[in-house]
Amino acid sequence: MAEITEDIKVAENIVHKKSSVLTDKVMHYCPGCSHGVVHKLLAEVIEEMGIQDKTIGVAPVGCSVFIYNYLAIDWQEAAHGRAPALGTAISRLRPDRYVVTYQGDGDLAAIGTAETIHACNRGENMVMIFINNGIYGMTGGQMAPTTLEGMKASTCPFGRDPKTDGNPLKITEIVAQLPGTNFVTRQAVHTAAAVRRTKKAIRKAFEKQKDKTGTSFVEVVSTCNSGWKMNPVDSNNWMEENMFPFYPLGDIKDV
Amino acid sequence: MAKMIGAIEVDIETCKGCSLCVEACPTDVIALADEVNGKGYNYAYMANPDACNGCTNCALVCPDSCITVYRKKVEMA
Repeated sequence: MAEITEDIKVAENIVHKKSSVLTDKVMHYCPGCSHGVVHKLLAEVIEEMGIQDKTIGVAPVGCSVFIYNYLAIDWQEAAHGRAPALGTAISRLRPDRYVVTYQGDGDLAAIGTAETIHACNRGENMVMIFINNGIYGMTGGQMAPTTLEGMKASTCPFGRDPKTDGNPLKITEIVAQLPGTNFVTRQAVHTAAAVRRTKKAIRKAFEKQKDKTGTSFVEVVSTCNSGWKMNPVDSNNWMEENMFPFYPLGDIKDV
Repeated sequence: MAKMIGAIEVDIETCKGCSLCVEACPTDVIALADEVNGKGYNYAYMANPDACNGCTNCALVCPDSCITVYRKKVEMA
């Protein structure tokens, strides 16, 4: 058996390999970070659709600020929260291109709330990918708008109290109500099955852009194992038990 | 009887030992090595290669895209 295992390691038997859209640079993310999985799915969708030289990405501020080093497509770097504004400009100036913005929850749902809501309300033709891990990962695990009630963060060490800290924000449900969005979904990448569904959702979001009928919005409920102070496997379990009841997975809008 | 035989190849230097592939593997093929790579992470390897059927679950959940999966249908006696 051991010989067979070695023998089948030839190019014709490959069923899964690293996407050619991903660069050789090693990602700087913590071990087990969901960002890496979503980068990979984005790269695979772009590769499968053959739109590598027709896609322009807008990089965020946050942990994923260096996404332009990892995906070999054209990129623009936006100011914190302003990725949808920059994406608007790109999609209007280059309507022949696919525009994708990639943001975290502190970026999209806190400082960039106005840009997010108005870009989705105007129905700008772009794909928005929203990574929701309920925390500001890069700056040291502070409370984000999406932090769950009772969830601990460095600025609410005893757990988020809605009386003093406000309630967690479901921005995806908000943008689903706006007339400009054509596809709004919430997915996760904690298991192989969930990864397959998320890839389908990202693919569908890009396919929708062919018709230029509005904004496609994909939320990915993610983990931040460093910020949550857990190992990657425990983070996934914690996310399933605590995040999913408040942020249920599935398509919210598809027109 | 035909059987699906799989194998994985881990890019040891990009593996960060997060063990998500270990959890995702339905046939318990993968484990973290006792040795470490250049960055000090216990990298993933095929501890039980005979059980691999090439389902690609490990590669799907890998955040660092460091797993290549091979699969072939083999006639068994």
